[in-house]
Amino acid sequence: MADLTNELLVQSLQEKFGDQVFDIQEPYGLVTVTTTREHIIPMLQALYDDEFLKFQFLTTMCGIHYPDNKGKELGVVYLVHSFTHNVRLRIKIFFSEDDAVVPTATNLYQTANWMERETWDFYGIRFEGHPNLNRILNVDEMEAFPMRKEFPLEDQTREDKINTFFGR
Amino acid sequence: MDLVKQTTEINTTDTYVQELTTLNLGPTHPATHGIFQNILQMNGERIVSGVPTIGYIHRAFEKIAERRPFYQITPLTDRMNYCSSPINNMGWWMTVEKLLGVTVPKRAEYIRVIVMELARIADHLVCNSILGVDTGAFSGFLYVFQEREKIYEIYEEICGARLTTNMGRIGGMERDLSPLAIEKIKKFLKEFPAVMTEFETMFNRNRIFVDRVEGVGPITAERALNYGFTGPNLRAAGVDYDVRVMNPYSSYQDFEFDIPVGTKGDTYDRFMVRNEEIWQSLRIIQQAIDNLPEGPYHADAPEFFLPPKQEVYRNMEALIYHFKIVMGEIDAPVGEVYHSVEGGNGELGFYLVSDGGRTPYRLHFRRPCFIYYQAYPEMVVGTQLSDAIVILSSMNVIAGELDA
Repeated sequence: MADLTNELLVQSLQEKFGDQVFDIQEPYGLVTVTTTREHIIPMLQALYDDEFLKFQFLTTMCGIHYPDNKGKELGVVYLVHSFTHNVRLRIKIFFSEDDAVVPTATNLYQTANWMERETWDFYGIRFEGHPNLNRILNVDEMEAFPMRKEFPLEDQTREDKINTFFGR
Repeated sequence: MDLVKQTTEINTTDTYVQELTTLNLGPTHPATHGIFQNILQMNGERIVSGVPTIGYIHRAFEKIAERRPFYQITPLTDRMNYCSSPINNMGWWMTVEKLLGVTVPKRAEYIRVIVMELARIADHLVCNSILGVDTGAFSGFLYVFQEREKIYEIYEEICGARLTTNMGRIGGMERDLSPLAIEKIKKFLKEFPAVMTEFETMFNRNRIFVDRVEGVGPITAERALNYGFTGPNLRAAGVDYDVRVMNPYSSYQDFEFDIPVGTKGDTYDRFMVRNEEIWQSLRIIQQAIDNLPEGPYHADAPEFFLPPKQEVYRNMEALIYHFKIVMGEIDAPVGEVYHSVEGGNGELGFYLVSDGGRTPYRLHFRRPCFIYYQAYPEMVVGTQLSDAIVILSSMNVIAGELDA
């Protein structure tokens, strides 16, 4: 079996999904692609089922927030790993803050369960079809989604600490 | 009176009605080794279902990291898997070094390997001996804890700290191994195998121990992979995935060692895999100490490597660099990095997104505990309460890493 190189991976992704795969980069040797949220689950499924690629291990997933990126403020980053070829692949999706709904990956990977709950807990991204989507690390009564950039770390009502004095 | 009446009623009906007991295992229970709760539904002594609740020591490390310069994130990583904190530190520094493009000299890499393997030994020793305690054997625990103490003494000799060490720097180590440290490591390598052999003879074929752990909480390789298992828990199920071999970092490709794998993925296999890994770690340390290369112990990267403390006190330039680095005055390049190391529990990954500022834009920790602990309910259903305790300690769930 031939080895899976980054070029081959990008090529086969483009063959399968065409225009749905865009913004292809290779930071520090890791293939990173962006897709739309309509295509994320079919893409993960296809990568999982493919006889050659065999991306069957979801290493991690997490949310990310770019408040200045209008219309695409929130994102989810998936990192999948093919043990057969020892190649990793990072897939990103971005969507609007007002419509933060993503299909769940729990049907494909059991491990996505808690990762999605964590993403919901911190970013308020709802995963449609998730069996038990509630907060995992914070208390249930919490109303904010604390990892979003509009919730800075320090108490904003304090007046004795002014940012300019602290080099921030 | 009522109770008696009820009991007779239940016994007279045709369909045998049983009430399930709800049992709160935790949040603080001596056998959970940490603060997390398991709400178990019990049918007599059998577990019908389990619901884990976590987050009791959640400290929002990912959020705090967004306001801290790279150096000041080190103490956060320390406090994740506190049984083997040097591995977390070094994993974090390697991530930053990857982002900055700093090449670490060979000697520093070897020293890091030595320290990381010592940490792995300490981690596995604690896990395995506590498994012994949970099955009723307290002496093994006391015995190997002395050895962990010796590992901590080596750390103390290298850097002055014991549990949450601060012995490395971005670009290498804080200082070189002293002759006394090397001597202590050699002494440890010489004396520890006898203790380990004794520990193994105490458990491996012990009838009571084996009866308690064999066939308890098995998980197939397929399920383990689906659950995202890594580290000893995955290897016990028969998958030889080890980050040190698959994606070598810090000169691991120079060393000869085997990956122990189990077959059934039960508690006994997890115990044995950890024991065998301790032997492999000893092999790696022996090779590293024998072939310790000459040369500098840190990279020539003054923008990122903290100058030695003695220099800081005497040399103005060193003081300026120290200040600039600690305050994070030097910006990192824009980019995103994923780097993973083989932690005590499995693949410990750092996903760092930098927007070119002094702090990470987003930092995500792939904590192995957090990922595999969700398989716990599936593994305990159908077993007894005493088995659930043993399964929990054999998985080596560490609350600091679980919650971060």
